[in-house]
Amino acid sequence: MTLAEVKETLQAELLTGDSDLSTEVSSACAADMMSDVLAYTEPASLLITGLTNQQTLRTVEIADAVGVVFVRGKRPPAEIIAYANEKKIPLLVTDFCMYDACGLLFKKGLCGTTRRVRKILGKDGCQ
Amino acid sequence: MAANDRLVQEYIVKGWDFSRAGEASCEIKNTLKQIGISAEVIRRVAIAAYEAEMNVVMYARQGIMRCEMDPQQIIITVEDEGPGIADIELAMQEGYSTATPEMREMGFGAGMGLPNIKRNADLLDISSTVGRGTKVTMIFRLS
Repeated sequence: MTLAEVKETLQAELLTGDSDLSTEVSSACAADMMSDVLAYTEPASLLITGLTNQQTLRTVEIADAVGVVFVRGKRPPAEIIAYANEKKIPLLVTDFCMYDACGLLFKKGLCGTTRRVRKILGKDGCQ
Repeated sequence: MAANDRLVQEYIVKGWDFSRAGEASCEIKNTLKQIGISAEVIRRVAIAAYEAEMNVVMYARQGIMRCEMDPQQIIITVEDEGPGIADIELAMQEGYSTATPEMREMGFGAGMGLPNIKRNADLLDISSTVGRGTKVTMIFRLS
């Protein structure tokens, strides 16, 4: 799935105007605690969170994530968006709550990083 | 990097400076990229260094993060002037946290900091004196 498909699926708004949305997303991680993200993401993951501060972007940089979806309509402050533009980190915002946002993406085949889920759902369940 | 090459970087990490928290780890990550370390090792070093840096920001007055690289290994040392850790074994347990509500608002305090460091480093050593500070040493093997 690409970031453009994530945007469309979540009826999301792009906050970082010149982001490249053709980037492929290989898996996703949803959490508001950044240590959980650092523990459970793989490279090229999408971060789904309600945390809108600087630590979200640092976590993206450290964990090699490809973008962020802010859920529950939470918008980061202007300086965070400016930093994301500078670092070329795509930021999206959706009105869906975290559970629903995850459900919509999961339904389209974007799985998390728990290995067992791929075994349970098989090839057709996860991309 | 040639056989005798050695690179040392040092950063001062300030307590409670959340706007700059993570800068040192990002700079270390960029340096490792520039010298051609593998992406898998860089990610492990960056995650462990960032967790250690955040611990300084959240708990200590100040700390020094040092990164030493040679062709065999990367050593990250983080030494802080802070409250220290009374029970290191307990602090190593996943989910155990002494974080305040303010720290949790910053997205930290899941009780995964030290466990995350342990799972990413090849070797981890923690020494601490309550009331004085903590020294965390992480080693990542390259060969």
